[in-house]
Amino acid sequence: MAEFEPVLLANVGKDNSHTLKAYEAVGGYRALRETLKDKSPDDLITTVRASNLRGRGGAGFPTGLKWSFLPDDHPGPVYLCVNADESEPGTFCNRVLLEEDPHQVLEGTILSSFATRASTAYVYLRYEYPKSLARLQAAIDECYGAGYLGKNVLGTDFSLDVYVHRGAAAYVCGEETGLIESLEGKRAWPRIKPPFPAVEGLFRKPTVVNNVETMACVKHIVDRGPEWFKSIGTPADPHNPRDPGSYGPKLYQVSGHVNRPGVYEAPLGLPCRELVDRFAGGVWKGRKVKAVVPGGLSTGLLAADQLDTPLDFDGPVQAGCLGLGTAGAIVLDETYPIIDFLYNSCRFFAHESCGQCTPCREGTHWALSMVERIKAGRGRLKDLELLGEIGDSIGIIPGTTICGLADGAAWPIKTALAKFRDELEDYVKQTNPAGYADIQPAIAMPAMTTH
Amino acid sequence: MATITVDGIEIEIRTGERLNAIEAAARAGVEIPHYCWHPGLSVVGSCRMCLVEIGTRDPSGKVSMGPKLMPACNTLVRDGTVIVTQSEKVQHARALVEEGLLLRHPVDCPICDKAGECRLQDYYFEYGQAEGRRADIRPFTSRRRDLGDVTFFTDRCILCTRCVRFTREISGTSELMVRDRGAHEEIDIVEGFPLNNKLSGNVVDLCPVGALGDKDFLYKQRVWFMRRHQGVCTGCATGCSIWVEENQDRVHRIKPRENPEVNRWWICNDGRYGYPHVHDPDRLVGAVHRDAGRTVPLDFTGLAARLRDGLQASGGTLGAVLSPFLTVEEAYLLATAIRQLDSGAVLAIGPVPVVGEDERFPGGFTIAAEKCPNRLGVEKVLAHFTGGVTSFDQFVAKVGEGALTGAWVSGGYRDPWIEERTAEKFARLKTLVVQDLFPSPLSKRATFELGGAAFPERDGSYVNRQHRLQSVGWAIRPPAGTRTEGSILWELCGREGLYNASVVLQELARKIPAFGAAVGDFSDIGIDLRLNQLA
Repeated sequence: MAEFEPVLLANVGKDNSHTLKAYEAVGGYRALRETLKDKSPDDLITTVRASNLRGRGGAGFPTGLKWSFLPDDHPGPVYLCVNADESEPGTFCNRVLLEEDPHQVLEGTILSSFATRASTAYVYLRYEYPKSLARLQAAIDECYGAGYLGKNVLGTDFSLDVYVHRGAAAYVCGEETGLIESLEGKRAWPRIKPPFPAVEGLFRKPTVVNNVETMACVKHIVDRGPEWFKSIGTPADPHNPRDPGSYGPKLYQVSGHVNRPGVYEAPLGLPCRELVDRFAGGVWKGRKVKAVVPGGLSTGLLAADQLDTPLDFDGPVQAGCLGLGTAGAIVLDETYPIIDFLYNSCRFFAHESCGQCTPCREGTHWALSMVERIKAGRGRLKDLELLGEIGDSIGIIPGTTICGLADGAAWPIKTALAKFRDELEDYVKQTNPAGYADIQPAIAMPAMTTH
Repeated sequence: MATITVDGIEIEIRTGERLNAIEAAARAGVEIPHYCWHPGLSVVGSCRMCLVEIGTRDPSGKVSMGPKLMPACNTLVRDGTVIVTQSEKVQHARALVEEGLLLRHPVDCPICDKAGECRLQDYYFEYGQAEGRRADIRPFTSRRRDLGDVTFFTDRCILCTRCVRFTREISGTSELMVRDRGAHEEIDIVEGFPLNNKLSGNVVDLCPVGALGDKDFLYKQRVWFMRRHQGVCTGCATGCSIWVEENQDRVHRIKPRENPEVNRWWICNDGRYGYPHVHDPDRLVGAVHRDAGRTVPLDFTGLAARLRDGLQASGGTLGAVLSPFLTVEEAYLLATAIRQLDSGAVLAIGPVPVVGEDERFPGGFTIAAEKCPNRLGVEKVLAHFTGGVTSFDQFVAKVGEGALTGAWVSGGYRDPWIEERTAEKFARLKTLVVQDLFPSPLSKRATFELGGAAFPERDGSYVNRQHRLQSVGWAIRPPAGTRTEGSILWELCGREGLYNASVVLQELARKIPAFGAAVGDFSDIGIDLRLNQLA
C-alpha cells in the first residue's frame, strides 16, 4: 500500500491547479483527444464496464451498467447530470475536486457524455459551494475557448454543452430523481420508479446521473485503462457472483475529533483504523475513539471495536452499517455522548426529509420529538424501544419509501441503539430517575425549535 | 388475455389493458387501501398505504415473489403477475403507515365533516393496530385556513397531494401547492391567488380525509343521515352523472358520480352548488285555475280531466311547448297527450338557453354553453311527431298570428326565461296551461298555472350533447300540492296507475328509431343513442 500514488488528488495543492494550463501541463485532456480520435461511445462503455467502476455517490451502483440501461435507439436528447449536491453530513471530497481540479471532473464529464451520447450535461451544484461555482464555471469557459466543449468538440461530430445549476441547499436534491425534479424547476420530491431515469429522466428523456468523483474516475480509467483501475482496491468475492468488487482509488474524508481532518486518497478497502490513525493523525487530545461514522451520517455507526472494518463497498455492511456511503468518516471521541449523536442525526433527517412519503415524514419527526424529550431529561426506556421500531419501520422493510434516503435516516438510529444501548439506557435512567420506567405517554415538548 | 392472481383468486384481463395492481385487485373483489392514488390523477406513490407483495408466475406455474413490498399504484400488472395483499408483511406495513398518519392527526372526528366517509377512519378500523403508541401527547389543535372556495383544516391533512395534482392536471389552474418541508408541510395557496376555479369543489371529494371542507356543506349534515340517489346534472348539456344526497326530502349535497363516458370523476361548481333553487320558497307550488278574474285552487285529484276539458274548450288548434328541461319521457307524454286532443297540434321546443361558449379544461372536462340538459332528447321526440323541430320563436309567431286557441307550455327553467313582451302574445289564447318551476310573466297569464318539479324530483331520461341517454329516478318528493310533469301527463294520456318512466321509455324506444338503443336494460352510465344508427 505504501507504493500507492494519489491519482484523483494528484494536482491538488499545486499552483493554479484549477486552470486549464496547469491541467494540460500534467497530461490533461489527453484521454479526451485519444478517445475522440478513434473510439466509439460503445468502446468507452465497454472500457468503463471492464473497470468495474462503482458509483462514488453512495449507493455504489456499477457505472457502466447504469449507462447500458439507456435505450439504444432513442432519438434523443439524452442528458447527463453530474451530481455535485454533496450534502451528506461528513462529506466534502467533491468540493476539493471542484475547487482544486475542476478540469479533471470536466474531462470525465465530457468523456461520459460521449459514452452516453449526451449532448447536454448539467452539473447540479450544491448552493453552499460558491468557490466551486466560480472555479467550475471558469473551467467550463476555458473549455469552450479551447474547443473541449461546444459545437464539434475538437473538430469531431460530437457536440456538448455543460451547464452549472446551483441547488438551493436541500439534502434530498442529492437523490437522483429529486435532483432531476429540481433541475426541471420543481419541488425536489423524488420520483417513483419505474420509470428509471435511464428510460425517462430529465425532461422525460433518458438521463444518467453520476457523482463528481465518479466523473473523475472515468477520466483516469480512460487514461490509464481498466486494468490499472482493477489493480487497486478490494477484489470481488469469488464466492459471490453478484459482488462487483470494490476497485479503484477513493477519496476518504475524515472529520470530527481527529488531529488532521481532511480528504485523503487511498485504495478502496482502507481499514477504518488506518484512516483515523495514519491519515487523520489519530484522535485529538490523546483520547480514544468511541465510534466512527464510516461514510456519511446515514451509514450509521461503527463501534470502537469495529475499527478494522475495511472501508470498501461491502465492509461497513458486514459491520452492521448501511454501506460505504460517501466514505465521509466522522470520528467521535470517547467523551462524546451518543445521545447527542442521536439528536444531531434525528434533527438533520427530520429537517431534511422531503416529506413526500408517510413513513419518512412522520417517522423522522417522531424520532426527533422523542430524542428531544430524552435529552430534556424526560426520557423513558420505552422511548428507546419505540425509537428502535421507528428505525426498523422507516428503513428496514425494503420499499417502504420512494427513495433510499429514508433508509439513511434509519441507520444512525438503528446502529446507535444496537451498539450503544447500554449507554443510552444509562442516560435515560440517570436523567429521569423518577420516570424512566413509565410506559404511559408523556407530555410532549413544546413545539420544535428546529425547523 | 392475461391472467393475474390476487390472493389466490385468478382473474383475466384483456391483452393490452393497462391496469395497476389496485385496479386489478378490485376486479378480483380485493380492496387495496390507498390514499394518494386516484385513477384520474398522476401516480406519485407517496402515501405508501398500497404496499403489497408482487410476484410473477412463470409458464410452468412456479411463483417467485419479489423481495420488496411494492406500491400497488405504480405496479402495472402483466400476464402472470401475482399480488398478495393479506400477508403479515403487508399488514404490518399498512399498520405502520396508519400509525404514522395518525401521529399528528387531531382525531377530531366528532366535529369533522368527513367522519363517516373518511378513509383514515375506515382504514384504521380495518388495518390499524390496536395499541396506540403516540409517545408524546400534544395539546389539541384545530387550525384552519381559507383557501378560497374551500376551507382547509391544516392538522387533518395527510399530504396525499391529490388536491394539488387536481389543480395542476385537471383544472389546469395550479392554485394549490405544498408549502415547507417534512413534517412542517402544509397545503397552501400563494397569497393573493386563492383557489377559485370552476372545478374547485372536486378537491373536497378527492380529499381522503377531512382536511378540505366544502363551504357549502360544512356542518350541515352528518353524512350518515343522508341517502344518495343517482342523478343527472341539469345545469348544462354535458349532463354529468351525479349523486344527489338528501335527508328527508331536502337536498344537502351534490357529488359527482363516476361515469367514464361523460364526466369521469368530476363535476363543475355550477352543478355542485346548483341545487338551492330546488328549495326556493318562491317556487310555484300547487295548481290554480284562473277564470274571469277569479283564481281557484285546483285539487290534486281529477286535475288531468280539468286540464283536458279546458284545452278542448278552447275550440280550435292546440299547441305545446316542450321545454329542454323536460325528460324524454315527459316530452313524449306531452306530445302524445296534445296530439290525442288535437291531431294537428303544433309542437315546438322551448327556448334553449346558451351562455357564452363551451369551457374546456386541460383534464378534458367541459362545461357546455348550452344551459339545459335535454335539448337533443326533446328534439328527437319532436322529430318523431312533427318530422322536424319548430323553434320557440316560430311558436310564438303562430300564437301572435292567432293560429292557436289553446296551448300547453312547460318550463322548468332555473332562471327567468320569458319576457313580458313575449308573454303578452299568449294573451290571445283561450286556454293556456303553464307548468313551471318559478312564476313568470307567462304563468301569470295562464288559465291553468301548475307548479312543476325540480330536477331531483323527476323520474326519467336526459340526452346529453354527445347523444348519451341517462335514466335516473327521483331523489326527493316535490313540494306538497305539486305534481310532477310526468304524473300529470301520464294521467292526461289516460293511463292507469302511477307514472312509470321506464314503461314510457321502453314504449318510446320501440316506437322511435332514434331511441332504439335504449330498448331493454342499460347500465348506470347510460347508453349512446347513436349506437344502432351506426349498426
